[in-house]
Order: sequence, then structure tokens, then C-alpha cells
Amino acid sequence: MTGAASADTLVIGGGLVGAAVAWGLARQGEKVIVLDEGDVALRASRGNFGLVWVQSKGSDMFDYARWTRRSADLWPDFAATLTEETGISPGYHKPGGLHFCLSEEELDRVRAQNRRMHNVNDALGYGAEMLDRQQLDEIVQGLGPDVVGGSYGKHDGHASPLYLLRGLHAALTARGGRYAADARAEKVERDGDGYSVTTARGTFRAGKVVLAAGHGNTALAPQLGLDIPLRPEKGQILVTERAAPLLPMPTHLLRQTDEGTVMMGDSHEDTGYSTRSTAPVIAQIARNAVRCFPALEKLRIVRTWAAVRILTPDGAPIYQQSQTHPGVFSVNCHSGVTLAGAHALALAPMIAEGQLAPEMAAFSPERFHGQTD
Amino acid sequence: MVRRIDTGGGAPVEFTFDGRPVTAQPGDSIAAALTAAGIRDLRDSVVSGAPRGVFCMMGSCFDCLVEVDGVPNRQACMVAAEAGLVVRRQTGSVEVPV
Repeated sequence: MTGAASADTLVIGGGLVGAAVAWGLARQGEKVIVLDEGDVALRASRGNFGLVWVQSKGSDMFDYARWTRRSADLWPDFAATLTEETGISPGYHKPGGLHFCLSEEELDRVRAQNRRMHNVNDALGYGAEMLDRQQLDEIVQGLGPDVVGGSYGKHDGHASPLYLLRGLHAALTARGGRYAADARAEKVERDGDGYSVTTARGTFRAGKVVLAAGHGNTALAPQLGLDIPLRPEKGQILVTERAAPLLPMPTHLLRQTDEGTVMMGDSHEDTGYSTRSTAPVIAQIARNAVRCFPALEKLRIVRTWAAVRILTPDGAPIYQQSQTHPGVFSVNCHSGVTLAGAHALALAPMIAEGQLAPEMAAFSPERFHGQTD
Repeated sequence: MVRRIDTGGGAPVEFTFDGRPVTAQPGDSIAAALTAAGIRDLRDSVVSGAPRGVFCMMGSCFDCLVEVDGVPNRQACMVAAEAGLVVRRQTGSVEVPV
């Protein structure tokens, strides 16, 4: 191999985060190469549930709540543009979303959360309201007797994570971007005014580098003056056979896809980087789902899987630019679908400018070092 | 091209597909017997309406779904062909009463 492939920006990571940023950069006129590890990677973007979810996000960090809302507000245009450029629709729908409460305690907790967040977006409003059982019955038929009420968020929606990923990759290619498969980034080094990245598929050069490799960012961070504290958290998902429309909108633990399958899953486990499905958790997810929506009992489960969330210490994203290595950025979050609109249409333009906007300072990892004890 | 491998022995059994008699050899799945009988169109896709048939023959793809004795969405390749089964072609989605 002679010479190194070069670009304006190298994006390390070809999942939803990397692909959204890469497409966004290409839309700004940049030449972009995505370096993707390959199918040995954890592949969180292939195991996603597919919610575009606003309610409850950022209840302890209002900047995150506002950023999430901004992404949800961008999603309709984002989905339409992606479909227009590629012919591949991410299957986005925004009918609002429901959080079911199965006890008075949970109802009180969610009500308090909604109250706390009611003015998080000032005049734009928070957009979630409590519904009693009777109000819930008017919008969803067939709820189980244990559902005492819930919260309806009008900005919530859902999409197909797989079509979204495929669409982003196709859109990147259509705009002259390149996707390098099996190109795990081993080393990032200064190279003249920019950087060179050594991979299993050769060396790549660019003026800027974006780390968007999920848990893969952990190994790359120290050599670039970045601080990316992350922990893995397993989520398991069950999917049923296809059925005629049952659920008019997504909920925090159930959603029906365009194809008719019902996905269920709301588990949180600390099992390291394991992506194994386990029977006790699967059973618990199914029990919960049937408790909320008893008709599901009649549907067969056709697949289960697990994926590993990329969690920061406070659950909110980390966006940062390196102080020691100008032009190097990192992006980490566990909401690759929800935040895809913001990553492509709001974050990528900042990276193209070479500078994160001042409002992004709230997402710096410095927030984890603010306390002394 | 489909060709039956003769594994020998045993009496054939008969079931019906949309009322039409289909002969199966012992050990056949419903999908194998239908394929041997030249029946390839098993259902309509619930997404596009296009016809669907046997694809992977090993339980992975969920393309060969048929109704068996009144139960929809059975995988024809994973259900043994038995005498007297009533197998039907599927159209539309499974309706679950709520």
C-alpha cells in the first residue's frame, strides 16, 4: 500500500453516533472517512430499542433535557432529508409516547419528575403530562389491571435503528464519504497539522478526528488528552412474531414496529461487556410487558438479544474537544437513536467549524470533577 | 432446483394445504413436503404484500410461515408433517384480540 488515504475528518466508529456525525460533516462539504472496527465490536447500534425519547431524559441535568428535546425537534426534518437523499426511510413516527405506572408510588415519582421539569424548556414547555387510568384507556385499548396511570410525552416517538443506520451509511456514501470496514483504530498520532490513525487496514490522515466508537473510545482517550469515564450496562430485548397494529404509540418498555413485531425490554444489568441473553431477565421482561398489556400473552417471542449501553457516570452524554490535541473531538452517549438528529444537524456543524459551541460546555467531563471531598 | 433425497423406509402420510392433499415422506417437515409437491407460495408479506416461501429451511428466517391447525405464523420448516394436519396459506397480519 502506498501513501495514506486522507480526509478532512476521520470519524472513528461506524455506529449510529459515528454515522450521524459523519453524514452531518459530509453535508457541510467535508471529505469524511469512517473507520469501523468490524463485527467483533460490541455493536450497540445493532441492538437498539429504537425510541426517540424525550420525557424523563435529563431530569438531573437540564442541559441534557434541552439537548434531547432539540434532537426530537430536529428528527422530522432529519428523517425526511435522510429518506430524500437515500430512498431509505428510518421509519420515524412521532405519535407521542407513554410511560406506564404500575403503582401509586411510581405514579407519584413520575408526577414529581414532570413537575420538576415543567419549565425546563421555558416557553417551549416540557411536553409531558400525567394521565389517569381513564385517560389512558381512551388512547390505548387493552391495558392490564395493574396499570394505574402514566405519563404521556408528546415529543416522544420511535424509529427503526437498523434502517436508520443503513440510511446514514448510504447517505454518507452518496455525499462522497467513505466507510472503511474492519479498520479498527489502533493508534492516533499527530501528523503535521493534523493526525494520522493507524488501523488494521492501513493508515489514514486528516485534519480532525472524531472519536465515536462507543466503549472503544476508552482505549483511545488517554493518548489524546481526553477524559471519557464510561461503564457498560446490559439491556435485553425480546421481539414477537408480526401482528396487526396493537399499540398506537411507543411506551418506555414496549413498541410495535412498522413490520408488526412487538419489541419489549427495559432491563438494566451490570454484567460487564457481556451480550448474552439470560432466561430470568427475559422472563421478567415478558412478565412486565404482559402485566401492562395482557394481549401480548398470545404472541410468540421469535428472538431475543442483548446489547451493552454506553453509560457515563451521570447517564448524560459526553461531548468534548481535546485541549492538548486541537481538532480531536469525542462523542459518547447511550441514546444513539434519540440524539441522531442533533448529532447530524447540530453537533456536526460545530465540529466542521473546529469548535464546539459554548452551550456544549455543560457536556464536558469536567462536570465529574467539580466536587471536592 | 429441488430434488428429494431418498432416505428410505416408512409409509407416507397425507395432510392438506388449503384443502389440497399433500403427501409427505416420514421425517419431512411441512416445508419439505410442500417444496417436494411444488408448492412454493406460502403467504403474503405483511409488509409489502409480496408472496413469500421457503428460504433458509432451518428455522432462522421466518419466511415460511403458515397456519397449522388454526395456529398462525408457524414455521413450516420447523413443524413435522403429520397425517391429517390442516395447513393454510396466510394473508394479512395476525390479529390479536385486545
